[in-house]
Amino acid sequence: MSPELAGFLQLLALIGALALAYIPLGNYMAKVYSSKKHLRVEKWIYKAIGANPDAEMTWPAYLRGVLAFSAAGVLFLYLLQRLQGVLPGSMGFSSVNPAQSFNTAVSFVTNTNWQSYYGEQTMGHVVQTAGLAVQNFVSAAVGIAVAVALVRGFARSRTGELGNFWSDLVRGTLRILVPGAAIAAIVLVACGAIQNFSGIHEVGQFMGGSQQWNGGAVASQEAIKEFGTNGGGYFNANSAHPFENPTPFTNLFEIFLILVIPFSLTRTFGVMVGNVKQGYAILATMVTIWLGFTVLMMWTEFAHHGAALQAAGGAMEGKETRFGVGSSSIFATSTTLTSTGAVDSFHSSFTGLGGGVAMLGMMLGEIAPGGTGSGLYGMLIMAVIAVFIAGLMVGRTPEYLGKKIGGREMKLAAAYILITPALVLVFTAASMALPTPPHSMLNSGAHGFSEVLYAFTSASNNNGSAFAGLNANTDWFNTMTGLAMLLGRFLPMVFVLALAGSLAEQTPVPVTAGTLRTEKPLFTGLLVGAILIITGLTYFPALALGPLAEGLA
Amino acid sequence: MNNSVTNTVRLLGAGLRALLVLTLVTGVIYPLVVTGIAQGLFHDKANGSEIKADGKVVGSSLIGQSYNLPLKKGQETPDPDLKWFQGRPSNGLGANSVNTQYKLILSGATNLSADSKVLIKQVGDARAAVVKDNSVPGYAVKPSDVPADAVTSSGSGLDPDISPAYADLQVHRVAAKNGLSVSAVERLVKDHTEGRTLGFMGEPRVNVLELNIALKDLVAKK
Repeated sequence: MSPELAGFLQLLALIGALALAYIPLGNYMAKVYSSKKHLRVEKWIYKAIGANPDAEMTWPAYLRGVLAFSAAGVLFLYLLQRLQGVLPGSMGFSSVNPAQSFNTAVSFVTNTNWQSYYGEQTMGHVVQTAGLAVQNFVSAAVGIAVAVALVRGFARSRTGELGNFWSDLVRGTLRILVPGAAIAAIVLVACGAIQNFSGIHEVGQFMGGSQQWNGGAVASQEAIKEFGTNGGGYFNANSAHPFENPTPFTNLFEIFLILVIPFSLTRTFGVMVGNVKQGYAILATMVTIWLGFTVLMMWTEFAHHGAALQAAGGAMEGKETRFGVGSSSIFATSTTLTSTGAVDSFHSSFTGLGGGVAMLGMMLGEIAPGGTGSGLYGMLIMAVIAVFIAGLMVGRTPEYLGKKIGGREMKLAAAYILITPALVLVFTAASMALPTPPHSMLNSGAHGFSEVLYAFTSASNNNGSAFAGLNANTDWFNTMTGLAMLLGRFLPMVFVLALAGSLAEQTPVPVTAGTLRTEKPLFTGLLVGAILIITGLTYFPALALGPLAEGLA
Repeated sequence: MNNSVTNTVRLLGAGLRALLVLTLVTGVIYPLVVTGIAQGLFHDKANGSEIKADGKVVGSSLIGQSYNLPLKKGQETPDPDLKWFQGRPSNGLGANSVNTQYKLILSGATNLSADSKVLIKQVGDARAAVVKDNSVPGYAVKPSDVPADAVTSSGSGLDPDISPAYADLQVHRVAAKNGLSVSAVERLVKDHTEGRTLGFMGEPRVNVLELNIALKDLVAKK
């Protein structure tokens, strides 16, 4: 069997597995966020928080909950790293410096998981499991909560109420993420991922002598790292490290974990707005883009353009033998089209075009299928923009799911899609214009520019993958990518929740002959077009300077 | 004003309490339960899939090693010990720089770009070395025979595997250096070649450490 055919079959198997999970998981999540009953353990948790889980919140109250919880998360994680040197269970690892602690704390709370540190020599057991892995769970739960609030905005009418943040947070964590991650972690261990607390120990070597290895709770962290579209690796090599991703099967399994919640949330959306066909239309849009990008990535990586790859006879630089080119390509697009940023192969050594595809995936705003929750709300904002464009064409007030898209709604949607490109381009331009930041680049020329563009694209879109040649552990990059991550996460959430509030207040308009049927393939086509054109126009100049220049050279 | 400050403090308090409770669930109970199950059901795998030869641990079947001669005086990089099968280059491996009480290996890739002059040189040098090392009397390796994995660094720098093509290419050399017949070594490689999982997942591969352990046995039996 040729590697190309094997790659294609792996893609088919993955699609089959995702299709099987779609309806049960989507329906289950809809039930989780609609049920009136609380589990006993949840009641204890609400008591500890001091919150009434049945109190409905308006959008400002919901937002305040999101911000307060996230602020506490940043603070706690910052202190945990600053105090690592004196905490027990740190295996002798010293405290992390302020700029890097800030960067890492923000990175994990914002579901970005950008890492300017080497996991194996910086973080001990306590920070890894009680700090970083915790945010892997709760930052994903916050993302889903905000998406569910927006869905409620569409589903409800004549009310300002969007649900209860604490209840959504706790339920998402306890009923979806913890059970899913626990099962996934056991599967990973069964295949060879490590799970122990043995610390650093000596292991004998074949040629004599020994090596020092990190032990750790790797599988449990790996599972939620993918399932919550986080991406922060226990080891520096991330999912290329054999202890995180030991076999070809675990590689496909991890890709499945990355994609399953974001895709299935479109079912949850369909169920909650009372029309599953609307969910299928959104799903079709996501699948079209994801599949297109994946096929393109496989094609360019198998073709291995680029002088060094031609000299090697294959695009195997930065790729593992057990995965090969096909499986690595699927991982690369799946991680950059979601907000994951985990890598099983190193994007910096991909073909020029392949690196560009990865970057473009993030620039789309990570909506196909996007991160846990953030993918769905990002895509729904694009749907609002698409119906607006369609409305302009026929001269009719646009509406989506029975809600009018008026001036206020459009302003919020427009602000949402402008904020991340503004962050990416301003921070990249500033880094290139100042004298010292460019010193961090490993490669020169177009590829060097791509490293910086990739870094801020990754940070602002809360992805976290890197063209890892860039030395990001400088005060400039730690601080600036930290700011990009914060603003890139929470400003869009403000606009999403404000939009949700304004939609929920409306009285639905009845469907008439003139209504744009948003559950039909025509709309899916319009949506795909709107996404590609808006992103293309925004980023084309920057892409032309980096990956395009390299790919066409 | 006073009121809003109190409200903010109260809200932050709620956020902090929520974080602490959820830390207990996801940061303490979850990893401990998973570790308990993992250690109970898959003890060897959970601890790194260590393998033994002659009763001694010689590494993990999942982690690649180097098979080099001891460093000679004045040498910066050691020469490969050509008696053993060689793994892939690992130019992206780093050395510990932060927590210097340990000698940790930092996993990683070169991150060099597809048009990088440095990478072109690395690939060219590696190819020349592979051709030179593996050409033995009666068996000349052509540069075009060298597969891509033999001249590129992996993503982790710890890739435990090589492609069957690279293993086959080393057979004549390994047989000559160990005084074994080519067919015996060929059989050894064939026995240690793992196909794609279920016929389509990943790529065919040969685990270098396991192969070398079997080779050592074969040499001892000779």
